Amino acid sequence: MTTTFTVDGHDVFATTGGVDFDPAKPVVVFLHGAGFDRTTWRLQTRWFANHGRSVLAVDLPGHGRSGGAPLSSIAAMADWVSRLLDAVGVRQAALVGHSMGGLVSLDAAGRYPDRVRALGLCGIAGEMPVHPEMLESAKAGTSKVRELMTFWGLGRALQIGGMVSPGLWLTRESLAVLDKAAPGVIHNDLAACNAYKDAPARAAQVTCPVTFVCGDSDQMTPAAKCKPLAAAIAGSRMTLLKACGHFMMVERPDETLDALKAVA
Amino acid sequence: MPDAKFLKFDTLALHAGQQPDPVTGARAVPIYQTTSYVFRDVEHAASLFNLEVGGHIYSRISNPTVAVLEERVAALEKGTGALAVASGQAALHIAIATLMGQGGHIVASASLYGGSRNMMGLTLPRFGITTTFVDPRDHDGMRKAIRPETRLVFGETIGNPGGEVLDLPAVARIAHDAGMPLMIDNTFASPFLCNPLEHGADIVMHSATKFIGGHGIAIAGVLVDAGRFDWRASGKFPTLTEPYAGYHGIDFFAEFGPQAFIMRARTEGLRDFGPALSPQNAFYLLQGLETLPLRVRQHVANAQAVATFLSTNPAVERVHHPDLPSHPDHALAKKLLPRGSGSIFAFDLKGGREAGKRFIERLRLFSHLANVGDAKSLVIHPASTTHAQLTAEQLAATGIGEGMVRLSVGLEDVDDLIDDLTPALRAAHKG
Repeated sequence: MTTTFTVDGHDVFATTGGVDFDPAKPVVVFLHGAGFDRTTWRLQTRWFANHGRSVLAVDLPGHGRSGGAPLSSIAAMADWVSRLLDAVGVRQAALVGHSMGGLVSLDAAGRYPDRVRALGLCGIAGEMPVHPEMLESAKAGTSKVRELMTFWGLGRALQIGGMVSPGLWLTRESLAVLDKAAPGVIHNDLAACNAYKDAPARAAQVTCPVTFVCGDSDQMTPAAKCKPLAAAIAGSRMTLLKACGHFMMVERPDETLDALKAVA
Repeated sequence: MPDAKFLKFDTLALHAGQQPDPVTGARAVPIYQTTSYVFRDVEHAASLFNLEVGGHIYSRISNPTVAVLEERVAALEKGTGALAVASGQAALHIAIATLMGQGGHIVASASLYGGSRNMMGLTLPRFGITTTFVDPRDHDGMRKAIRPETRLVFGETIGNPGGEVLDLPAVARIAHDAGMPLMIDNTFASPFLCNPLEHGADIVMHSATKFIGGHGIAIAGVLVDAGRFDWRASGKFPTLTEPYAGYHGIDFFAEFGPQAFIMRARTEGLRDFGPALSPQNAFYLLQGLETLPLRVRQHVANAQAVATFLSTNPAVERVHHPDLPSHPDHALAKKLLPRGSGSIFAFDLKGGREAGKRFIERLRLFSHLANVGDAKSLVIHPASTTHAQLTAEQLAATGIGEGMVRLSVGLEDVDDLIDDLTPALRAAHKG
């Protein structure tokens, strides 16, 4: 099932995990990573929607089926999340984010503590610098950045295969989603990640329960770079998934779901 | 910064889709000869049925051995996902049934495998789905054949049996301009010689019985999706873009994005029509896939030598092999099939049907049977077998003459093959 609502005058598209969105239930908002869209959360959203939560797996502005231009900074995206909650009539929600979406979730929780009841942060690090050649390729719209995001993003194990969902080939799925990104979106997102330096400060402000999900083979946001963030948040949990790269939601969907169940 | 170093074709043919068995350490793909799978608990069972988590429920829908084959073919065809089924015909049927219902229409190349032609031309109309067949080189005719109710453009990379090479980029443009996906039967080329998804096609199908297996011991079919077609923008595919009552109201495209077609084909097509591939057969096909690059290289070399030999023999009127400069699609073949145009091709014997009969009966190494893509060399007379259901008029439209013979050149020593063909040609010629 899907829903569309309006934020800042633009349509926002979201899937709801197969159950109608009901703002009266505990809400979980899923935020995708740079260049991707809501479909990255397909193996987590349905469980939450069928277990007492109300789910919104959104396409960020300018991504997937959502209108508007992509927002140019992590802080702007976090502000947008706050307005998103206003638009759907929700005072407080759990935020589950991947990579860029994780930074957005963290920033929102730091600056809007009363709006965020829990955080699930997948594949994030205190800083997420992006190689200049990737930024250059993203700006030029060449395929190199999409290939590198896929190659460095997917763990080596899943580049061979053995996906838990039968018959799906993740390498090409990643490329197919990135290929669909509108011109400028990938560069916008990577530049936003590259510029964001506030993660440690925001982590220090977080008061809600937090779980971090890391992949032991993540080469984009290595678990070692996540640990200082986790250490800065009292009581936070960190789950390290084996044989898993940066795309834990699709590489190790069941284990990622299990980790998120504990907090969201 | 170095470029991405994705695993290459020969490596994927051996490894894609499989992690060594975590319990036993088995290096080979285990044959999971089971109909069903024990749920961890009640909660797990409900989650599986509700598509909340991935995994297997019942082998009609998915099986771990079959899943390795699916991922491997998806990897080799550069698709986002694949569905393996009991035959190539089952793959074609599930693809069509996933994309359209009663009132749907297909524009297809006229140069198709006889079974596909039969399904589209004779059987599906009974269920309200019709097809217009068009000469694959007549692009204008193809464009004009598309109607408001058209839902698919379909062709073969290398046509059967005339070896017509489909201009994939041009036909993809025709389909896409009309908001239609292009589906390609890539059986004759195999993923080693051509990846139609790289040339604009949206869906690829295989009769895996042929080159993918290569041994002639297992029947199977596979569908692969590029994950690129925008089903919603087209506005003509409610099976993929509207809530499906048969699965908790799922909007497949909204939830699964590039995997929408494969997910619907599996959760409806396999579940309801039921042409599941047996794990034993999937295992056989995986053994074949491991050597696909090696085999196809040799198939191509042998076929080119045999085609060249035939083209100078006085008993032969014409050889329809795209790798020969005389073939009308030679230039296109060099572009789309740079490693060669496969090893299945036809030639016309002087002397018509009787000459064909004498030729086939004199062969010793070539086996007379209805299959292609085997490691062993095969021969058949299309007019009396694979295309026997066609009228003389339809035969002519498909480019099949009474004296046409189709070869599937195998992996034997090519000198032995030519030594087998020589007396057979002499017998055909002398009468």
